[in-house]
Parts: sequence; structure tokens; C-alpha cells
Amino acid sequence: MPIISVKNLTKKFKAFTAVDDISFDVEKGEIFAFLGPNGAGKTTTIKILTTLRQPTSGSIRLDDKDPAEDPEGVRRSFGIVFQDPSVDDELTAFENMEFHGVLYGMEKTLRRKRIEQLLTFVGLWDRKDDILNVFSGGMKRRLEIARGLLHHPKVLFLDEPTVGLDPQTRNHIWEYIQRLNREEGVTIFFTTHYMEEAARVASQIAVIDHGKILKQGSAQELKKATNTDSLEQAFLSLTGSGIREEEAGSIDHLRMRHRLWTRR
Amino acid sequence: MSTIYILWLRQLKRFVRSRSRMIGSLGQPLLFLVALGFGFGPVFQKAGQGNYVQFLAPGIVAMTVLFTSIFSGIEIIWDRQFGFLKETLVAPVSRLNIMIGRTLGGATVAVLQGCIVFLITLIAGFRPMDWTLLPAALGFMILIALLFTALGTAIASVLDDFHGFQLIMNFVVMPLFFLSGALFPLDDLPRILSVITRLNPLSYGVDGLRGTLVSGAHFGLGLDLGILAAITAFLLILGSYLFSKIQI
Repeated sequence: MPIISVKNLTKKFKAFTAVDDISFDVEKGEIFAFLGPNGAGKTTTIKILTTLRQPTSGSIRLDDKDPAEDPEGVRRSFGIVFQDPSVDDELTAFENMEFHGVLYGMEKTLRRKRIEQLLTFVGLWDRKDDILNVFSGGMKRRLEIARGLLHHPKVLFLDEPTVGLDPQTRNHIWEYIQRLNREEGVTIFFTTHYMEEAARVASQIAVIDHGKILKQGSAQELKKATNTDSLEQAFLSLTGSGIREEEAGSIDHLRMRHRLWTRR
Repeated sequence: MSTIYILWLRQLKRFVRSRSRMIGSLGQPLLFLVALGFGFGPVFQKAGQGNYVQFLAPGIVAMTVLFTSIFSGIEIIWDRQFGFLKETLVAPVSRLNIMIGRTLGGATVAVLQGCIVFLITLIAGFRPMDWTLLPAALGFMILIALLFTALGTAIASVLDDFHGFQLIMNFVVMPLFFLSGALFPLDDLPRILSVITRLNPLSYGVDGLRGTLVSGAHFGLGLDLGILAAITAFLLILGSYLFSKIQI
């Protein structure tokens, strides 16, 4: 039985259809890549799967539970690294980890052991008592990933986890994630814009655009179906090469105001 | 239980760490106390109402608690925009516990601020009539803090971004403060003002504080307590409901 099963999922925002009648299954223990250009509907799908949004229609089972009916049960089964920052800038690195561990009901010895292990792993252990507002973007990203790996869930969602990280760190982190997948059978569901990353680690790939899944299969199958010899070319041949607009603006505006506000 | 504790602790840590915010938020009450307290003092005295600082101090303490607690509740807007709210909302804990933890944290911070301002009023010459009633005054501060943190949470749960913030400031927070009896006695007011002040929950908070710190409650301490408790309970339920409906 698949660990994630999505049937005819649709999400509309007023006139705009972000996710348009998609269906897919993710098998237990799989590494599943969800690829698509900006604004294709990836993040919206992840938000629905992780109980942050309600779908307009369609059905979902995650670890045999329905996010709409049993959100708390579903939340016990997954972990997530978000695309946007979600750490608290006014807490230290250690406190952010500790907060997460307590929220997920981790027993103290295991929690402390893993925090040390993961912070060391992402190279932040000697900075653990620094408040995050002195951290660089890359450091915050590393912390964010370490935090997502703290409790070992059944399904781990990674929404563009490695964006803004150098190739060394990216490889390092993917090795860890693959080991987690291999040794503990954690199912991985991730999105990325780095095609070679997807080609290397994913056993299944779904390409989504304009809210619809265009193709699904292994990297091999996608290349074959599109008659191309790399995943990047396969991706471009499926989604076209036009450049997409991404919604932005208000958040930058807000960040500025927030700074003014906290220094008041 | 641990969820509530860790969220409470987070609010407290943020409060203690942002010293500029703490000091900044003391500026306003201090200004009101000095400018109004000493500025209107002579007129108040001539009108036969006694010492204005003595009258005003409980109102300024209530104002501090009001501002701090409403903003603690509204901080959810920041957490939503800067992502941290997501981290708590996908965790396998009930939203009710998240809401309780946040509210208790925000209220604690507001009461601490209120106590600091209370100490400042002592320096400005304020003297409580009966020191043994101080715990009762603290009780009123806690109620005011809970009530308005819950109100802030309820408001923030239905606002998507910062744009509504100025609106709340001008049409909720300021009227609550100015139309509460924090600055003027509630006796012999024009009819319309008398009705409005009676509808304002902060009026009962100010009255409770004044009743315990100085004596001479306008509504009576029993009524103050009853109304504050009822509205607090209602807003906590409403806030929890709205918070549980947040979508990101």
C-alpha cells in the first residue's frame, strides 16, 4: 500500500486553479521528486499534504490517514523542511532545535543526543548558543534542514531544501538524507530546481506544471519518453522554456517594516 | 503540557532579549505619566478632584498592560509572515495548546511590563492607599493581560498581513485606551461617552486597578471582576476557534 495516495486533488484560489485534478502515489521507502517551474503548484500541494491548507476537492491518504479529518494524526507521521525560512530569529540555534524536539515529544536524552549530532553535522555546533539574527542565509538554511531531520518521521517533505547552498553542503546533506532513507526506511518527498540532484537521488519523478502532472516515472523513463539524454532536457521539453513570474514583493516590504518595528 | 511550557518560554525569552523593545515600550507610559500627570495636575486639583498623578497612575499601568498584551497577540502576524508559525502548526500538537501557550506567554510579558511601569509610577510620586491590596491589583493586571492577548490573537488570526495593523492601532487600541477612564473620571460624563465607556472592557480593568490601588471604584470591584472574567473567557474561546482555522 502506498504511504501517500493523492486522488483528483484540486485547489482553487478564487479564479486561479493552483492544483488541477492531480493524482499520484508514493510508495513506502521511496525517494520521490516533485519537479516543476515556479508557480507550478508544488508548494501548494505540499501545504495540503502537510495539513496547512484545505483542498478544494479530492482525497488524500498519508500513512493511511486523511489530513482533512485527522490532521493531528497525519502530523505525527511526517516532518518537513519548508521552502521559506521558518526558524525563530530571536532564539539561538540550540533553542530552535530544542523547541522542535519538545513539540515533537522527543524524549530528552535522545533529543539532546540528536541535536548535538545534527548541529555538528551541519557545522553549527560551535555556534549553537548564538542568536540567529547574526547568522548568514546559508547558516540558517543548514539549521532549518538539521531541525527537519531531528525527529525521524515516516515521511519527510523537503521543499527546495538545498536552495542557496554550495555544492559541498548540498552533497553532504543529500548523503545524510539518503542514509536516513536507506537505514530507517524514511520516505522522502522533495522538490528542487536542481535537475542533476533529482536525477541522482530520486527513484520516482513527477513533473508538474500549471497545476497538472505532465509525466511521472524514473529519470530513465522520462528521458526515454521525451527522447532526450538528460533530465534537464526532458524537463524543458515537457514544460517549455518560457520564463515564469513568481509572486513576490509584499514579504520584502514586510521584512523592512519588521526591522523598524523590533528596533523601536 | 510541555507544548504550553515551551511556547510560554519562547515568548519570555524574546521579551527579555529585545531590550530595545522593552525600553521602547516604556517610553510611552512614561511620557503620558509626566506630561499629563504633571501637566493637568493643577487643573485637576483646582476642580477639587485631588492629586492627578494619584488618579492617573493605575490608568497608565492598565495602558501598558493593554498595549503589550494586544501586541503579543498580534505577533502571530509576524510569525505567519516570517514562517515560524508554520513550524508550530505542522507539529503534532493541538492548536488549542499552542494558543494557550502563546496567550500565557504574552500575558506574562504584559504583566511584567505593567509591574515595571508600576514601579516607575512610585518614583513619580504615586502611593497606593493600601499595600495589602497589591495582590488584588496584580490579579486585575493578569485579567487585563489575558483578555487583550486573546483579543490580539483573535484579530491576528483573521488578518493575513501587516496592512491591517495600522487600522487596528487607530480603530481598536487607541479608542480602547482613550475611552476607558484611564485618563479621566467616569462621573458626570456626557451621555454618549458614558455609554461608550461602559461598553469598553478596559474601563472595568482600569476601574479594578484604581479600586484596589487607590480606592473609589466607579463600578464596584465585584462588577469589574465579573465582567472582565466573562469577557476574557469569551475571547479565549473565540481566539482559540479563530486560531484553529488559520490556513497558511
